[in-house]
Amino acid sequence: MKILKLPKEKLDLFASVVQQFGELHAPVEQDGKYVFKRLTRWSDARLEYDRTILPPKKYFLPPQESIFRYRPGEGFVPVTDGLDQRIILFGVHACDVYAMNILDRVFAGKYRDPYYQARRKNIAIIGIDCLPDKNCFCRSMRADFVDHGFDLFFYDTGDYYQALVGTALGDDMVQATGSVFEPMDAAEIDDYKRRSLNKRRAFQLDVEIRDLPEIFEMEYESELWDELGDKCLSCGSCSMVCPTCYCYDVSDDVELGSRAGDRTRSWDSCLFYDHALVGSGENFRGPRASRIKFRFYHKQRGFVAEYGRPSCVGCGRCSNACPVGIDVVQVIDRLRRVEDVASR
Amino acid sequence: MLLADEVASSHPVLADNPYQPHMARIVRIYKMVDNNHLFTLRFMEDSLAHSFRHTPGQFIMLSVPGAGEMPISISSSPSRPEVLELCVRRVGRVTNALYRLRTNDVVGVRGPYGNGYPISEITGNDLLLAAGGLGMAPLRSLLWYALDHRDKFNNITLMYGAKRPEDMLFREELTALVDRTDINCLLTVDADPGGTWRNHVGLLPGLFDHAKIDPLRTYAAVCGPPVVYKFILQRLLELGFPKNHILMSLERRMKCGIGKCGHCSIGYKYTCLQGPIFTYWDAINLPEMI
Ligand SMILES: Cc1cc2nc3c(=O)[nH]c(=O)nc-3n(C[C@H](O)[C@H](O)[C@H](O)COP(=O)(O)OP(=O)(O)OC[C@H]3O[C@@H](n4cnc5c(N)ncnc54)[C@H](O)[C@@H]3O)c2cc1C
Ligand code: SF4
Ligand code: SF4
Ligand code: FES
Repeated sequence: MKILKLPKEKLDLFASVVQQFGELHAPVEQDGKYVFKRLTRWSDARLEYDRTILPPKKYFLPPQESIFRYRPGEGFVPVTDGLDQRIILFGVHACDVYAMNILDRVFAGKYRDPYYQARRKNIAIIGIDCLPDKNCFCRSMRADFVDHGFDLFFYDTGDYYQALVGTALGDDMVQATGSVFEPMDAAEIDDYKRRSLNKRRAFQLDVEIRDLPEIFEMEYESELWDELGDKCLSCGSCSMVCPTCYCYDVSDDVELGSRAGDRTRSWDSCLFYDHALVGSGENFRGPRASRIKFRFYHKQRGFVAEYGRPSCVGCGRCSNACPVGIDVVQVIDRLRRVEDVASR
Repeated sequence: MLLADEVASSHPVLADNPYQPHMARIVRIYKMVDNNHLFTLRFMEDSLAHSFRHTPGQFIMLSVPGAGEMPISISSSPSRPEVLELCVRRVGRVTNALYRLRTNDVVGVRGPYGNGYPISEITGNDLLLAAGGLGMAPLRSLLWYALDHRDKFNNITLMYGAKRPEDMLFREELTALVDRTDINCLLTVDADPGGTWRNHVGLLPGLFDHAKIDPLRTYAAVCGPPVVYKFILQRLLELGFPKNHILMSLERRMKCGIGKCGHCSIGYKYTCLQGPIFTYWDAINLPEMI
């Protein structure tokens, strides 16, 4: 992989030149929190931020999107508006890039999702390294570094950024800026290693994920699930903010006074009452405890069976967003804790 | 005029859109049982009508324009192509909208989806079909497939139970099978108030007394409401059926049919991809399965 360096004072120049490749979006501050947004000024971009409220998935799988328009006599016509819009997401953290790589696998396979795939092709990602805060556990989830899924990835090493060039498009971006990127010399490799070590030391949370599937199987009947079920409000926030939650609902609406209509898909959550409800009235996950168990189970255990790793990347968003303080790290710790029956 | 299907297949981004419903015309509506009508569909595109093939046990996603999309088992056999027969019970928004449609109205179809019955594994063995109520809908495809490819299977037994004679799906064609000697067709009703029923009366598991079953060389395909599963499974296990010879068709909420929307997941399997046909062994190894 090509690795270059970009002196920090040249970042503004790079940002202005790179806009020829698409509309520039980056984290901006909003009421003390951060959101990915279209930039009106480069100076609004915040490249040192903890986490955005919603992950970048909102660009690839929008909260709501029309996928077909129905017209009598024509049938279902795919809606393609906006699919070929070129966007650059500047400042995506490693865990969020990792999450996109996970979604890539879900939306590929035998049945490729063409809406997702089209956007993934047209939206460039410039990643940026970060330091963990008190809710981050991406290192435990093996998502603190990514080696693909981005066009460029920047490491802040103090005076300059080290830039990993991930794709041909990333290379074009580098070329377009002329000579602002410089080759790295050997001494600077140590800057990277120092940064890496600092990052590792900064983690405050650690969870052990090896054999977690086995523990989940054994603790399937744990009373912990009932406790969580009693607390959870089924608000679905944890799913909405999660970079790897992809469940969606589909609904058809008719335009008033006509037989034409729209087929829309929108984000859904397995915490909602009707997620597994069927027409006969049977609900396979009626009790709230079974729904919250399902969310953890699918992330930390089910996904391992399907794709070989948990789908959680440890971004800490769900713990941050939950109004009643349900915290994924605490849940895993609780499940792993040895409870000696004799000493109870 | 181009149909949307054709427009989509020429669109650079959306060629191969797995969500694209293909328009099909309703060619017949047969009122089999109250609120359980049989809809016969034919694709508007001739080439699709000729080329569409499925495996018994698979399902399609059926779109009723303006109302929504839902999974429905294909009740017809692939050995009788050109049209699709769907047995649909009226329960909610989309099924009600379907019931408002008339012959020659248009619906959308995509699929076929799901694994279907493991035909090559069953081939050469005995086949037992056991259904209760609406459970006959997916089994009917397998039934006619087996009868049309009779040499692939050894003994074939059908056990089907309904509440009353007028609740029995496919009643005419099934009663016509009773006299055939290449299948042991056992039909029963819980009660026969009208006194016109000429087959068995009594609960479904009672039919085991009239069947000769060799559990080690038989595959059992079971489908029905939960009580049917409960009692039939119990009998099959008592008889000594290997757990992976019992095939169940499971129903879950579905929005995509292709492993994306997350609704149909059971434990860590997607009913729409790894199912809807699961062995009993799968079932006891997945939480929430039954
Ligand atoms: C693999 C499979 C095969 C099926 N085969 C048949 C069949 O042959 N005949 C038949 O009558 N019914 C069948 N069903 C059930 C049928 O899909 C539901 O009855 C139907 O979706 C109800 O839709 P509705 O809009 O009328 O009900 P509503 O309760 O208004 O449901 C709204 C939406 O929820 C979803 N949904 C609700 N119930 C179910 C359900 N049981 N399964 C899956 N999704 C559901 C659908 O997307 C539906 O459009 C099958 C289900 C599955 C999973
Ligand atoms: S489960 Fe929570 S911590 Fe894990 S990726 Fe989703 S939001 Fe982040
Ligand atoms: S955010 Fe918390 S309260 Fe809301 S659904 Fe998730 S776990 Fe339940
Ligand atoms: S129906 Fe959408 S994942 Fe199975």
